[in-house]
Amino acid sequence: MLKRFSKRVWSWLDTRIGFTDMIKPVAEHLVPRDARWWYVFGSATLTAFVIQVFTGVALAFSYVPSAAHAYATLQFISNQAVFGRFMRALHYYGASAMVLMVGLHMAQVFLFGSYKYPRELNWVSGSLLLLFTLVMGFTGQLLRWDQTGVWSVVVAAAQAARVPIIGHWLARFTLGGDTVGGATLSRFFAIHVFVMPALLFAFIALHLVLVLRHGISEPPNPGLRPDPKTYQRQYEELMKKTGVPFWPDAAWRDVVFSAIMIAGIVGMALVFGPPALGKPPDPSIIAADPRPDWYLLWYFAVLALLPHGTEHWFMVLAPLAVGFLLILLPLVFPRGERSPRRRPWAVGLVLMVVLMIGTLWRQGEVSPWSPNFDVKPLPAQVVGTAGGPIAQGARLFYEKGCINCHLIAGHGGRRGPDLTNVGSRLSRNEIILRISNGGINMPAFAGTMTPEEMNQLADFLLSRKVGVTSQHLTIP
Amino acid sequence: MNENKNIEGAGVSPASFSAASPSITTEKVRTDPGALHVEKAPNSESPQNSEEASRRVFLERLSIILGTMGALGLAAPAVGFIFAPLSERAPRIWRKVGKVSGFKVGTTVPVRFEDATPLRWAGVTANTAAWLRRVDEERFIAFAINCSHLGCPVRWLPDADLFLCPCHGGVYYSNGAVAAGPPPCPLTRYPVRVKNGDVEIQTRPLPFAT
Repeated sequence: MLKRFSKRVWSWLDTRIGFTDMIKPVAEHLVPRDARWWYVFGSATLTAFVIQVFTGVALAFSYVPSAAHAYATLQFISNQAVFGRFMRALHYYGASAMVLMVGLHMAQVFLFGSYKYPRELNWVSGSLLLLFTLVMGFTGQLLRWDQTGVWSVVVAAAQAARVPIIGHWLARFTLGGDTVGGATLSRFFAIHVFVMPALLFAFIALHLVLVLRHGISEPPNPGLRPDPKTYQRQYEELMKKTGVPFWPDAAWRDVVFSAIMIAGIVGMALVFGPPALGKPPDPSIIAADPRPDWYLLWYFAVLALLPHGTEHWFMVLAPLAVGFLLILLPLVFPRGERSPRRRPWAVGLVLMVVLMIGTLWRQGEVSPWSPNFDVKPLPAQVVGTAGGPIAQGARLFYEKGCINCHLIAGHGGRRGPDLTNVGSRLSRNEIILRISNGGINMPAFAGTMTPEEMNQLADFLLSRKVGVTSQHLTIP
Repeated sequence: MNENKNIEGAGVSPASFSAASPSITTEKVRTDPGALHVEKAPNSESPQNSEEASRRVFLERLSIILGTMGALGLAAPAVGFIFAPLSERAPRIWRKVGKVSGFKVGTTVPVRFEDATPLRWAGVTANTAAWLRRVDEERFIAFAINCSHLGCPVRWLPDADLFLCPCHGGVYYSNGAVAAGPPPCPLTRYPVRVKNGDVEIQTRPLPFAT
């Protein structure tokens, strides 16, 4: 009785909604039988995006996008709101997962040659989705609206200002005026919460329509070079012969992988919590140490490590060039070998990009180019004496800021060379010459130190010899 | 192009997704491929009805023109609203940062002042800082705290007589000249004056290298 009734209700709804006519065939469209675990990253990206939408909407219930109040609402969400910390953490690790999955998805599609005919626009739309994802990451970090958030806007505006001709306009547009102020946060809020999500929804829809239109690419076979003239017919025949319905034969792997990813996000959120809130967004607090979140930390490293004179070009041209090359890739190489076994350059390129970003990321973590501001005067056991010119030199090493950039026995900064054993390497004249004249990354001290001070500092540095620097390091 | 269009419409192959339009249309495409451009209106095939056809062309154009005008008419003010900050110039205002007697000759200290036209909801973001150096009895120099590399706030090390940037290791001498690292030009200076015993700094846009 009940069963008959529910069947009638369903049939009434189905006639009107068209589930059986429209949605079922899409869900059950045929996909390659051997598309297995390599194909789960796209759906995982989508899952991460859905998490971002839900947690983002939840956070928006409490967030106030006002330059004066956003920081207070962040404090409220982090410290008082029920599940507030958890929501923030989910949104952060969800964003991290999304960036990571976009990267994996892209690498897989590239290695399998799936961007080739007829799926060129799948790749192009995907590249735009990568851009949107990174913009979301950057603007999201700003909305935390602590000190780092404010300085991130300034750094973004400074980069925009490097664009020829329209640079100053772009910088003003970024800030919403002459300086960081009341207009700044609202702009990024609108971009992060309305503009970018709208673009993401639209392009995800386009991306999925294209995936359905051309089908999931069959895993490549070495030696098979699909011909655009016959590819689509061959693909359809292959699907009819060996394809399996997407739902549920292929989709279960997507569900399992996404579930694992969600478990990872929830686990990280519970264990580590959200990123800590920095100092208030007051641009007049000078003691600041702005760092981007991890997914842009490698680019922060790039900007520090660029050779002198190239950064002007690089800052503007490199992002444009990367975008241009990504869009050009499927248009220039729409056919030919798809298998990574026959495309050593493609494999090498992916390895190179991973290594490059990995290395830069590691450098960004350490940021050896940043002076160490938390230094204290060298302890007596490192100096080795409490009086005389060597002790005076050690005091100068601290006062003149040498220690902010140079290491001695593990104390100090990493900007310049480690001077733990400099006495074994350089003579007094060489040392004084360097200190007086400086270098590309070292100031000249000739104008700010007396000859006596210079000699004391040299005395101290000359005493930094292999085996005598400290008791712990004595070589037997 | 459409050689592999699936006639069944609601088939299970991916290519059919795009062709899943009503079956009447698909029939027409199959029987008369030349009628593709008019497939949306079945009646248009009767050639005797030329009045109907010209009416259709007119309505088509009308819809496109009206639609475009409506979209542009609404988009123009919205875009203008968003881009307004490009054309507005904030006035330059002298802000007091302290009594002349409060600054020792030869020292460089941070001072704080308010932006030219802070919005009421700007809160602490309306603040700007500068490094104020008292050169001698009369002369002051006010440096922007922003590194000329990417705008990060530089810190003053009084004993070393240097400004250091925490972001990418830029270094400046006490006169703002680049001492080391990536900065392309010296620290920007704000106009500064002494009036009625007060040191005043004139507000400026955030300085960026171009």
